[in-house]
Amino acid sequence: MSNLKKRKRVEARLKIYGVASITVALLMLATLLISISLNGYSAFRQAYFKISIPVDMSQFATENGSLSSKKLNLYDWDGLVNQSFNSIFPDITKRNDKRKLFQIISSNSGYDLKQIVKNSEYSIGQKNMVVWLPLSDDADQYLKGRFNIKVPEEDRRLNDKQIIWIDTLVAKDIAKLKFNKTFFTAADSREPESAGILGAVVGSSLTLFVTILFALPLAVMASIYLEYFARPGRITDFIEVNINNLAAVPSIVFGLLGLSVFLSTFGLPRSAPLVGGLVLGLMTLPTIIIASRTSIRSIPPSIREAALGLGASQLQTALHHVLPLATPGILTGTIIGMARALGETAPLLMIGMVAFIMEVPNSFTSASTVMPVQIFMWSDSAERAFYERSSLAILFLVGFLIFMNLIAVILRKKFEKKW
Amino acid sequence: MFSLPLSFVFIILLCVSLFFYYYSKRTIVEKASSIGKKAKTLPVYYGQNAFLWSFFPACIFLIFLTVSGPNYIDQIFFSKIQDLNPKFNSSFIDLILSKVINVANGKIETDDQKIIVLANDYLSAFEKFYFYRGLGAVLCCALLGLIVTARQKPSVNARDQVQFFMVSIFFISALIAILTTAAIIFSLFFESLRFFNLYNVFDFIFGLHWSPNVAIRTDQVASEGSFGMIPVLLGTLLISFIAMCVAIPIGLYSAIYLAEFAPSKVRDYIKPTLEILAGIPTVVYGYFAALTAAPFLRDIGAFVGLDVSSESALAAGLVMGIMIIPFISSLSDDVIRAVPQSLRDGSMGLGATKAETVYRVIIPAAFPGLVGSILLAVSRAIGETMIVVMAAGLSAKLTVNPLESVTTVTVQIVSLLTGDTEFDNIKTLSAFGLGISLFFFTLILNIIALTVSRRLAENYD
Repeated sequence: MSNLKKRKRVEARLKIYGVASITVALLMLATLLISISLNGYSAFRQAYFKISIPVDMSQFATENGSLSSKKLNLYDWDGLVNQSFNSIFPDITKRNDKRKLFQIISSNSGYDLKQIVKNSEYSIGQKNMVVWLPLSDDADQYLKGRFNIKVPEEDRRLNDKQIIWIDTLVAKDIAKLKFNKTFFTAADSREPESAGILGAVVGSSLTLFVTILFALPLAVMASIYLEYFARPGRITDFIEVNINNLAAVPSIVFGLLGLSVFLSTFGLPRSAPLVGGLVLGLMTLPTIIIASRTSIRSIPPSIREAALGLGASQLQTALHHVLPLATPGILTGTIIGMARALGETAPLLMIGMVAFIMEVPNSFTSASTVMPVQIFMWSDSAERAFYERSSLAILFLVGFLIFMNLIAVILRKKFEKKW
Repeated sequence: MFSLPLSFVFIILLCVSLFFYYYSKRTIVEKASSIGKKAKTLPVYYGQNAFLWSFFPACIFLIFLTVSGPNYIDQIFFSKIQDLNPKFNSSFIDLILSKVINVANGKIETDDQKIIVLANDYLSAFEKFYFYRGLGAVLCCALLGLIVTARQKPSVNARDQVQFFMVSIFFISALIAILTTAAIIFSLFFESLRFFNLYNVFDFIFGLHWSPNVAIRTDQVASEGSFGMIPVLLGTLLISFIAMCVAIPIGLYSAIYLAEFAPSKVRDYIKPTLEILAGIPTVVYGYFAALTAAPFLRDIGAFVGLDVSSESALAAGLVMGIMIIPFISSLSDDVIRAVPQSLRDGSMGLGATKAETVYRVIIPAAFPGLVGSILLAVSRAIGETMIVVMAAGLSAKLTVNPLESVTTVTVQIVSLLTGDTEFDNIKTLSAFGLGISLFFFTLILNIIALTVSRRLAENYD
C-alpha cells in the first residue's frame, strides 16, 4: 500500500513541476510586459511651457504680403525664445546662470517655434504670439518624478537652481505635462523631446511591403511546384532539405548575405527599405513555404481527382481548385511570417538600417530605419527620456504583433475545415 | 530625349503584352478556320501563351538593367575622372564621384565648374540610360510577342505550352531556396577566404586571444589585432548554456503537463499565451535584459556581496532562456502528442500510473524528437543576436564565470560590421570568418536535429 502511495506521490510531483513551469513562464511574460508598460506610459506626455513671444511678423513679409520662408530661415529664433524665456525670470542676469536657465528648455525650441510660425495662420500684422514649446528632456523627467534628487548635486543633470526654476514655472502654471503629439508625428532626433516614431513606422511599412511582394508570390509558386509538379527525386529532396535548413539559419546570416550580395555586388543603396525588404523576404520565404505546403497538402485528393477527371489540366486544378481552398492557410502562414519580419532587427543592422535619420522616408530607396531598430537605438542612448520613448515604441510594436497573430489565429479558426 | 520612369515602362509592357493576348486569341480562330479545323484548345490559351512570352522575359530584362545599369554608369564616370587626372588614387576618385552624384541629385551645391559639368553629364547619362532601358524592354516584349504569335498553330496544344511555361516559373521559384543557400555559402566563403589570406586559419580557429582593434590608418598607433576565436566561442557557449538551463526544464515540463495532464480547455488558453513569448521581438528581450534584468542581478549581487558585472553573461543567458521556453515547449508538445495512443493505453492497462507512463514509456518513445527540439533550440540560442548585442559585453575574456561579462560570435559580427562600408581591412573581413563559423555550426545542429526527428516519425508511421 505504501508503495502505491509513493507512486502517486511521484505523479503529484510531476504535475506540480508542470504547473510550476507554466506559472514561471507566464510570470516572466507578465513581468516583461508590466515592466515595459510602467516604463513607457509616461512618454504619452511631455513637459511644455507656455510663452508669450514678442515678434513683429511684418519683418518676414515679401512684397506681395505673404510670409517669406527665406527670411524665416535666416531669423535667430533660438535667441528670440531664449530672450522671451529670460523675461519670465528678470532677476537672472549673470551669464553663467542664463546658460543654466536655457538648459531647461529644449534646444530645438527655436526650430519648433519657426515650424509653428510657418504652419500656422499668424498674420503679417501680428506683433505677439503665445505658444507652447517643449522643455528639455531633463526637466521633463523631473516633472514626471523620474529624476532622482537624492544624488549629490555635482552628479546630477539638473542642479538645485534649475530645479527651483522648474518648480517656479510649475507654480506659475507656465509649465505642465501635455499630450506628446511629437512622438507620433516626427522622425528621430538627437533631442528626446523632438523624437518620434513616425519615421520608423513608415520605414517598417515600406520594408514589409517589399517583403510581402517578394516573398508571398515566390512562396506560393514554390509550394505549388513542390506539392503538385515535383517528381520525387534528388533535386526535389535537395530543395526540401534546403528549405528546412534555411528556416533555422540565424537571421544575422541573412544580413551578411544582404551585405555582400545586395550591397557589394549589386550596388543597391545602403539603409534602403528595398534592400531590407529583400533580406527579410529571403528570411521569411521558408516559413511561408512550409505553411503553404501544409495548407495545400491538407486539401483532400478527391478535389484534385474530380477536377482532373472533368478534364482540367494539372495547372488548372492547382490554380482554380486547390489554391483558393488553401488560401486561408497560406494567409495565416504569411501573417505569421510577416510578424516575424516586422520584429526582426539583426539582419537590418548589417545592411545599414541602423543610421540616424531625421526625415520620414518617402521612397523605397531613401535611407530609413524600422521600428525594432529605432527601439534598439533609443535604448542605447544616454538620455533617460529615450528609455521611456523606447518602452512606448515597444508597447506599440508588441501590441501590433499580438494583433497580427490574433488575426492569424482567428483566420485559422474561422476557415479551418475538417474534410 | 524624354526619360522613362520604371513604372511607366512597366505599364507599357503590360499594355503591349495584353495587346498580344487579344491579338493571338483573335488570329488563332482565323488561322484555324482558314485550314478548316478547330484549334486544339480554347483560343484563350493561345492568348495566355503569347502574354506570358512577351511579358515575363521583358520584365526580367528590365529588372536586370535596372539593377546593373547604375553600377555601369558609375564605372564609366570613374574611368572618366581617372582620365581627367591620372594621378588621383582610387579612393579620391570615389570621393569626387560621390560629390558629382550628390550635385547631380541636387543634394549639395558647388561652385566648382568641373564638378558641375560632370554632374550634368551624369544626369544626361542617366536620362539616356532610362530611355534605352525602356526602349529595350518594350522592343524585347514586342519582338517576342510577335514571334510567338506568328508561330502559333491551331494543331499545337497551347494549354500544355502555358502549363509548361508556368511550371517552369514555379520550378525556378522553388530553386530560390537552393540559390539562397548557395549565395550564403559562396558569399561567406569568398569573403572569409580573403580574411584567411591575411590571417592564418589555425590561429583563427585555435587562437586564445581576440582583440580586433587594428590600425585602420597607417599612421595610427594601435596594437597588432589578434583574431583567435576560442574566447568568443566560449562566451557564446556559456550564454547558450545558461539559456538552456532555464529553457529545457521549464519548456519540457510545460510540454509534458500540457500534453498529458492539462484539461483541453486549459490547454486551449495556455498554449497561445505561451506562444506570445515566442512572438515578442528579440530586441524587446534585449531591452529587458539590458535595462531591467542586468541592473536587478547586479543589485542582488551587491546585496549578497558578489561582484556582478553590469553586462553579465547571466542576465543575457536568463533572458534568452525565457525567449526559448515556448520554442522548446511547443515543439516538444507536438512530439509528445505524436506518440501513439496505443502505447499510453498499453502502459496504463498494465497498471502503471500516469507519471510512470510519462517517464518510462512516453519520454523514451519521444526521445529522438525531444532531442531534436532541444538541438534546434540550441542552434537558435547560438545564432540569437539582439539580446546579446544589447546585454552582453564586447571584450572577449577566456572565462566560464557567469557573473563576468563575455562576448559572443553574433555580438562581434554586429560590432565589426555596423557603420563600416569598406571590406578591405582585416577587421571587417574577420566578421565573415565568424559568420561562416556560425553558419556551419548551426547548420550541423539543424541537420542532426532534423534527421533525428525524422527517424522518430518513421518509427511510428
